[in-house]
Amino acid sequence: MARAAVQRRLNWLRATVLENRPETARVHRLLLDVPGWPGHLPGQHVDLRLTAEDGYTAQRSYSVASAPEDPRLHLLVERFEGGEVSPYLTDELRSGDLLELRGPIGGYFVWSSAVDRDGGRAEGRRPVQLVAGGAGVAPFLAMLDHHRRTGGSTPVRLLYSARTADDVLAPDVLGPQTTITLTREAPSDWRGLTGRIDRRMLEAQTFAPTTRPRVFVCGPTSFVESTATTLVDLGHDPSWIRLERFGGSGDPS
Amino acid sequence: MSLVSRGFGRREQRRDERLPPGQYDAGDLFPVLSAGPTPRTPLGEWDLTLQGEVDGLRRWTWDEFRELPREAVSVDIHCVTKWSKFDTRWEGVAVDTLLAGVRTEAAYALAFCDGGYTTNHRLSDLTDGRAWVVDTYDGQPLAPEHGGPVRLLVPHLYFWKSAKWLRGFALSQFNEPGFWETFGYHDRGDPWLEQRYSGD
Ligand SMILES: Cc1cc2nc3c(=O)[nH]c(=O)nc-3n(C[C@H](O)[C@H](O)[C@H](O)COP(=O)(O)OP(=O)(O)OC[C@H]3O[C@@H](n4cnc5c(N)ncnc54)[C@H](O)[C@@H]3O)c2cc1C
Repeated sequence: MARAAVQRRLNWLRATVLENRPETARVHRLLLDVPGWPGHLPGQHVDLRLTAEDGYTAQRSYSVASAPEDPRLHLLVERFEGGEVSPYLTDELRSGDLLELRGPIGGYFVWSSAVDRDGGRAEGRRPVQLVAGGAGVAPFLAMLDHHRRTGGSTPVRLLYSARTADDVLAPDVLGPQTTITLTREAPSDWRGLTGRIDRRMLEAQTFAPTTRPRVFVCGPTSFVESTATTLVDLGHDPSWIRLERFGGSGDPS
Repeated sequence: MSLVSRGFGRREQRRDERLPPGQYDAGDLFPVLSAGPTPRTPLGEWDLTLQGEVDGLRRWTWDEFRELPREAVSVDIHCVTKWSKFDTRWEGVAVDTLLAGVRTEAAYALAFCDGGYTTNHRLSDLTDGRAWVVDTYDGQPLAPEHGGPVRLLVPHLYFWKSAKWLRGFALSQFNEPGFWETFGYHDRGDPWLEQRYSGD
């Protein structure tokens, strides 16, 4: 199925920016109207292309943060100081602007609760564990919102690391399946977890390897690397773990 | 025709002509990309094989592989996720060396790896000094996260074609899509033609 779905040609589409609003201090939400959008599966991403007056182009990938049921495409863009593309998207882009994009891209980092329900496959009964660092929660918002809208029955949990309470993205979508840990500072009345995601936190807050969860990890590259290594150490089979790395200066060289 | 993005300008004034379209210079960074966690195979269990439509299987243990004639190359690499890196230095064995004396009618080679990853190539993209099986990066043993003990290096194609954790090639008359290729990435992946996705 995945093969048929992705083997078509990916054309550049013209999206209209409906809204560009700050979601947190560092992250903006872009709401896009994309005529001709073929639909997506939760977890897929788009490539955006910016073109300067002199013809110079820059392309970057952004995960779709909205469920397939939402007629508008939502992207969550974290602003990187000195970055070529993200500050343009957060600071410069206005509603009414046109934006070139293509997608959906990627058929591997994908989980659809509705496919689990309708597919009748044994794999569809295994729980789903999501682990996010920062803006890496974006594809999981698409997954969780889709799960809720379709009344999915797959057991799912999200462990989500954010800097501060103000940096938590889309609290309305996260729901009771989500455990948040704050890494920089927590309000005095904070009841949740604090500190970085480490071995002990993964052991206590995620589905155990014995339940054979399908695991998805997304965020800055260094976060994804260390989380994936720890999950394998804890006994998760490497083939059950799917990774999406957003990049970043934490890359090992 | 591309649409001009209001108010968008290039960050660097001078664009390096070594940079294919849509790519940016990652500088000193060497980003890591793979679909799953890093597999680790003990060298005692490791081998490299050439199989499929060949006149007999070829197999090298780690020690045998290390005895093969070696080459050092300095090349630019280009990842489909948009970063490029210039003048990367590698050492290893040319695919030509592995194929020396092999008789085959095959036109394609499927590279296969620890962890189940595969990627497909035209055999002609791997020969004539254009591809290597490398075990050394920048003078050091290739780190596991970058594909060690050995990875394929095919610098003239997007870097997902340079399969990490390589364990061998299956030669065939037929082209069989590899891992990313079945997920819609381009069959060949020439960065200068911007062959990122199927149909490009
Ligand atoms: C499949 C995929 C999906 C992605 N989805 C999203 C998404 O949903 N939301 C989102 O905000 N980004 C996402 N990204 C990252 C995005 O594509 C860009 O890399 C990011 O916006 C930075 O681009 P830039 O041009 O501003 O920075 P660049 O000009 O490319 O880099 C400027 C500086 O910022 C640093 N930097 C770049 N990215 C990061 C990072 N992620 N963490 C820390 N430092 C970084 C670089 O190391 C560099 O020093 C995704 C990337 C991939 C590959």
